[in-house]
Amino acid sequence: MRMPRSLILGSLLTMVFAGGALLSFIWTPYDIETLAIPQRLQTPTGAHWLGTDQLGRDIVSMIMMGARTSIAVALLAVGIGICLGVPLGLVAAARRGSMLDEVIMRGNDLIFAFPSLVIAILITAVFGAGATNAIIAIGIFNIPVFARVTRGAALSFWSRDFILAARVAGKSPARISVEHILPNIANLLIVQSTIQFSLGILAVAALSYIGLGAQPPTASWGRMLADAQTLASIAPHVALVPGLAIVFTVLGLNLMGDGLRDLLDPRIRVART
Amino acid sequence: MIRYMIGRVTSLCLSLVVASMVIFTVVEIVPGDPAAYMLGVNARPDTIAALRTELGLDLPTAQRYVAWVTGMLQGDFGTSYTYRTPVSQMVADRIAVSLPLALLALAITVVIAFPAGIYAASHRGRTGDLGVMGATQLGIAVPNFWFAMILVLIFAIKLRWVSAGGFPGWDAGLFKGLKALILPAFALALPQAAILTRVMRSSLLDMLNEDFIRTARAKGLSRRQALWRHAVRNALIPVLTIIGLQFSFLLAGGIVIEQVFFLPGMGRLIFQAISSRDLIVVESVVMLLIASVIIVNFAVDLAYAAVDPRLRTGA
Repeated sequence: MRMPRSLILGSLLTMVFAGGALLSFIWTPYDIETLAIPQRLQTPTGAHWLGTDQLGRDIVSMIMMGARTSIAVALLAVGIGICLGVPLGLVAAARRGSMLDEVIMRGNDLIFAFPSLVIAILITAVFGAGATNAIIAIGIFNIPVFARVTRGAALSFWSRDFILAARVAGKSPARISVEHILPNIANLLIVQSTIQFSLGILAVAALSYIGLGAQPPTASWGRMLADAQTLASIAPHVALVPGLAIVFTVLGLNLMGDGLRDLLDPRIRVART
Repeated sequence: MIRYMIGRVTSLCLSLVVASMVIFTVVEIVPGDPAAYMLGVNARPDTIAALRTELGLDLPTAQRYVAWVTGMLQGDFGTSYTYRTPVSQMVADRIAVSLPLALLALAITVVIAFPAGIYAASHRGRTGDLGVMGATQLGIAVPNFWFAMILVLIFAIKLRWVSAGGFPGWDAGLFKGLKALILPAFALALPQAAILTRVMRSSLLDMLNEDFIRTARAKGLSRRQALWRHAVRNALIPVLTIIGLQFSFLLAGGIVIEQVFFLPGMGRLIFQAISSRDLIVVESVVMLLIASVIIVNFAVDLAYAAVDPRLRTGA
């Protein structure tokens, strides 16, 4: 079986940024908490590969620290979606047609109908801007996504013979859900996770751009862009670099998601050949 | 159809009720006293007490919720604490910016996505298709506010074709107003155009595999004729649903773009209200925005059911 090219390219891009974020825990080229005003707004040089920002901080270091924030927020938001959405979806599928199923799915529709950005703004505005509230605000909207995907996929398995066999053997619906359904739909959940992860990166960038994400001195890509906006005419690179970091990370995750789907879903592979 | 309608209207009302409750609760559980929150740290106790009476904060929670909702149903969105003007008046001024912006962005989305999607589908697997699909991957990955900054850098700062931000008002003339909205609309439209192109392409590809296209070809239509006369028209049904959803997204997504261009729209109203701690404005404007999104989605559902009879019976 050949690896899809999008998977290779996507994983490479993702690894660059994830690697940068991990590396930032032990090493960054410069310390971003010391300001060096005389060296501000330098264009890329040998000492500062991507130049410096308006406070003289090294942009490579800022991007690495920002990657850490973006990835952490988006990852935790996906975690919220999986931890709450998947069980809800499994329960809805196990008790399909029941009142409970109906309530879960209607609740999902309801959250779907809300413009996520507006709610996120409301949450962070009222409870205060910060990474934690951004995680919650983004995470809430991941719940119905995972619940819906899980339920849809799980339903198709409940009618299968091997599930019937497990029921005849006396296993409870809860055990069947965990032991037989979950492993079978894991592929789908992984693909969905990469998609939600990339959407999360975009959402946290937008939130921190409007000042409602992680607060300074924590570096974040959205914040870097907001700071760079007024300087864009004199130092375009300060505005370009964080944007490109977002684009490449999201692109990498999307490509990885596409590639994983092709790799894990045999039906699509057949359809392509 | 009537049963379907009743179901949809019930869920519409339910969504609106839940939305209003969520917003009310969120604002209700603001840490501390809303009146104290609005007045800031240096407020004197008697000023806070006066504001509490003015806002009706000494009434029971349920009563205040009912008063808020019935007020909104009668077009009374409360009075802004900082500006001392009715919120409905402020909103009316801002909608004059936000709505045209969303409509313009929608028009741009469609104008880009339709030809691109049709072109990609009819050149499936060839270089043109790959190019379009690559471009859409990029379009989806670009944050619209960053794209907005790049547009400003190129068209406002380097080329000086348009101004970098602000809005002259519709009184200054239709052309000047549109000119101020064109860059924001483009920035808002780009990711949506990328999504719509992909939907258009895949919907059209589904259609091209249908039997009726083979029949059309068998009766002697050329590929091009079959595509335009039969496939495109049928492919539009799912595309229209997405467009409806995108419109509500454009309406809400305008919030961030308005920040980039300093446009006096609904988004900036929300932010100004947040920074001046004007909870009445925040509450009512967020509710209004969510209500319009929910209602647009509802209208899309109905329109879809009107076109596609299968949905009416299925639901």
